[in-house]
Amino acid sequence: MKGMTIIVKTISSWVKMLVFLFGIYIILFGHITPGGGFAGGVILACSYVLIMLAFGRDYTEENLSLKLASKLDCTGALLFIAIALTGFLYGGFSFFYNFIQQEYFAGKDTAFKLVSAGTIPLSNIAIGLKVGASLFLVLLMLSAFRPGDSSEKES
Amino acid sequence: MLYSMCFLLFIIGLYCVLVKKNMVKIVLGIVIMEYAVNLFLIMLGYRLGGIAPIIGQNDYASGVVDASFTQASVDPLPQAMVLTAIVISLGSLALMISICIRTYERYGTFDITQIRRLKG
Amino acid sequence: MMIPLPLFVALPLAAAFIVPLFGQKKRSFATLLANIATTCLLVLAIYVMLTGQSGIYKVGRWSVPIGINLVLDGLSGLMLLTISIVSFAAMLFSIRYMEQYTAKPKFLSLFLLMVAGMNGVVLSGDIFNMFVFLEIASISSYALVGFGCEHEELEASFKYMVLGSVASMFILLGIGLVYGMTGTLNLAYISRTIQQAGLNNGLYFALAMFIVGFGLKAALVPFHAWLPDAHPSAPAPISAMLSGVLIKALGVYALIRIIFNIYGVSIPIGWILITLGVLSMVIGVFLAVGQWDFKRLLAYHSISQMGYVVLGVGIGGVILAQGKDPAWASLAILGGLFHLMNHSVFKSLLFLTSGSIEIATGTRQLKQLGGLAEKMPVTRTMCTVASAAIAGVPPFNGFWSKLLIVLAAVKAQYFGLAAITILVSLVTLISFLKVQRYIFLGDLPDKLNDVKESKGSMLWSMGILACLCVGMGLLLLWEPLREQILTPAVQVLVQNVYSSEIISMP
Repeated sequence: MKGMTIIVKTISSWVKMLVFLFGIYIILFGHITPGGGFAGGVILACSYVLIMLAFGRDYTEENLSLKLASKLDCTGALLFIAIALTGFLYGGFSFFYNFIQQEYFAGKDTAFKLVSAGTIPLSNIAIGLKVGASLFLVLLMLSAFRPGDSSEKES
Repeated sequence: MLYSMCFLLFIIGLYCVLVKKNMVKIVLGIVIMEYAVNLFLIMLGYRLGGIAPIIGQNDYASGVVDASFTQASVDPLPQAMVLTAIVISLGSLALMISICIRTYERYGTFDITQIRRLKG
Repeated sequence: MMIPLPLFVALPLAAAFIVPLFGQKKRSFATLLANIATTCLLVLAIYVMLTGQSGIYKVGRWSVPIGINLVLDGLSGLMLLTISIVSFAAMLFSIRYMEQYTAKPKFLSLFLLMVAGMNGVVLSGDIFNMFVFLEIASISSYALVGFGCEHEELEASFKYMVLGSVASMFILLGIGLVYGMTGTLNLAYISRTIQQAGLNNGLYFALAMFIVGFGLKAALVPFHAWLPDAHPSAPAPISAMLSGVLIKALGVYALIRIIFNIYGVSIPIGWILITLGVLSMVIGVFLAVGQWDFKRLLAYHSISQMGYVVLGVGIGGVILAQGKDPAWASLAILGGLFHLMNHSVFKSLLFLTSGSIEIATGTRQLKQLGGLAEKMPVTRTMCTVASAAIAGVPPFNGFWSKLLIVLAAVKAQYFGLAAITILVSLVTLISFLKVQRYIFLGDLPDKLNDVKESKGSMLWSMGILACLCVGMGLLLLWEPLREQILTPAVQVLVQNVYSSEIISMP
């Protein structure tokens, strides 16, 4: 993929930062406004798709390589499982238990603030990281198929 | 009556899967079936004249949220089910498209009547 | 000490995401980690069965109809034990077998995701949670069937994926209808609502959707078209997992749970199960006799043996619905569930021996093989043990379960069904005699002069499964072991106290 004209390249190199920032906003405020981890992760991947369409696939692969995206993907999932398993420190029936909210902030009036609701924003961040990296990998691998090429199997 | 429109869309998707010969059209038939089922799930939760089940920052003080809030709002549980179903169908669709592309590389065609090495 | 139930799902899930971090250069670390994960699952499952632990786990301390709960009762424990044994053996086999592919860490990650999905289906107490784990396991298996990326594997994977996705859509439609009619997603609360309010047309339509959807996942006869293409094309340990546990945990277990514990079995539903079982048995075995590809023959036999399981459970259901002696219904259901366990063990052993033969000789066609008895003696012994077990020869485990099903059919006065069962068993014996003669006896073709026996981990895994084949009759005959493992599973289906026990828990 070769990329597009100079006008598209200049504008998209500015707009991609705004899209990325919007994705981070949707992830971080997921417990207050609609959205959350999955929707924010899709928007993060969309910012990379913008670069892929404007500059070409090879430039994007130099920007965020396959191996790094794969490692980010696994890290996001492991962070999510670690948050879920940390509840085991607090007694019975506590897989996925919202231990931050119930143990440390119970009874305090923290509704509708950014730092509230315990483990929910942390889970949102982990899911956003994983979904963004996964969708970026899927789209990068799908755009690698050309007639007569042989590429490695995507998982 | 609206539920039967959902079933009609489901039947259209099933028709695509059964009758069409191009692999990509079969995949699109499966996507139409997924849309139909998601639409049916959301329509299950709808209440005529209902309000959105979202509580804002001043709603407790201004009295919007009172005992009849749960009677007047639409049901949020099917919406959570549909979000999960959309994520699942995204993963399944990515896998289906990549297998279609790989099959095109090997066989040279998308026509399923030509892709018949497994018989018997 | 009570083992927290989410460990059965969280442990393979965590391992599945640590393994790809290693990459192709350090794949021995990845293999070691994956094998440690499956060994830990096997130890946990055996511990849970031997201590008789049962109960519910409220995830996140949310009380029952509001939150999701995980339920462990006799039937779930039996399925967990089966899944752990077969996945342990298949993972051990794949240490050596998967060296011929170039993306081994990705294979291990997908395998562990499939195991996590199956454990989740079996333990879940909420119908939508069951659907999510069913999709995790199904999508991993679609990717694993086409793992080698050759012509036939991709075609088989596409066919499997289209049919599997259609089945999942039917199941989701059924779940939506059940939610619309009953207003809750928890299995125990749905069961109580149906017991109090009775069945109406919408719930019957949802039951039809479930039978189609789960029947396709279980490869019962009108819905079996994907299995003879998907199972031969997969790599051998994946064929063992698919035939051995996936069609049971996703198809037969879910169908039995919904029909017996949620809807309550009645005479028409029982007869539907018996019809599906008889069709699968007869059509599967008669199509299998004429096959000349070893793995395709084994795949058709899988369809036939699934018919045995559904027939046994169906006869038990009809006896229960007619209100006759529940001891005979328990016998029929015991036969069906014990055959489910036996089939996992001997069918996965057969697929692993076919993998061993394929890696040594390079072919699966019966007409090109022959005379391998001197060259591969260990593989030959394992294959003979498994063939005797599937054909129902006396001291092996297949004989006991088939005997129980025939006895229950005769006692309930269905002499035709008993005769069909014995006939199908004879035809199975014929087809496996053909397999033995064409692969191991006869003359050695010139091309196969320098085949060697398989080495290392492949022999160990086949040996473990063969010992289970010989010794599993003890599970039925020795009283304490049967009371601990098999009887709780049968009582869950016969007594049907699922909803009252869960709702009355704090």
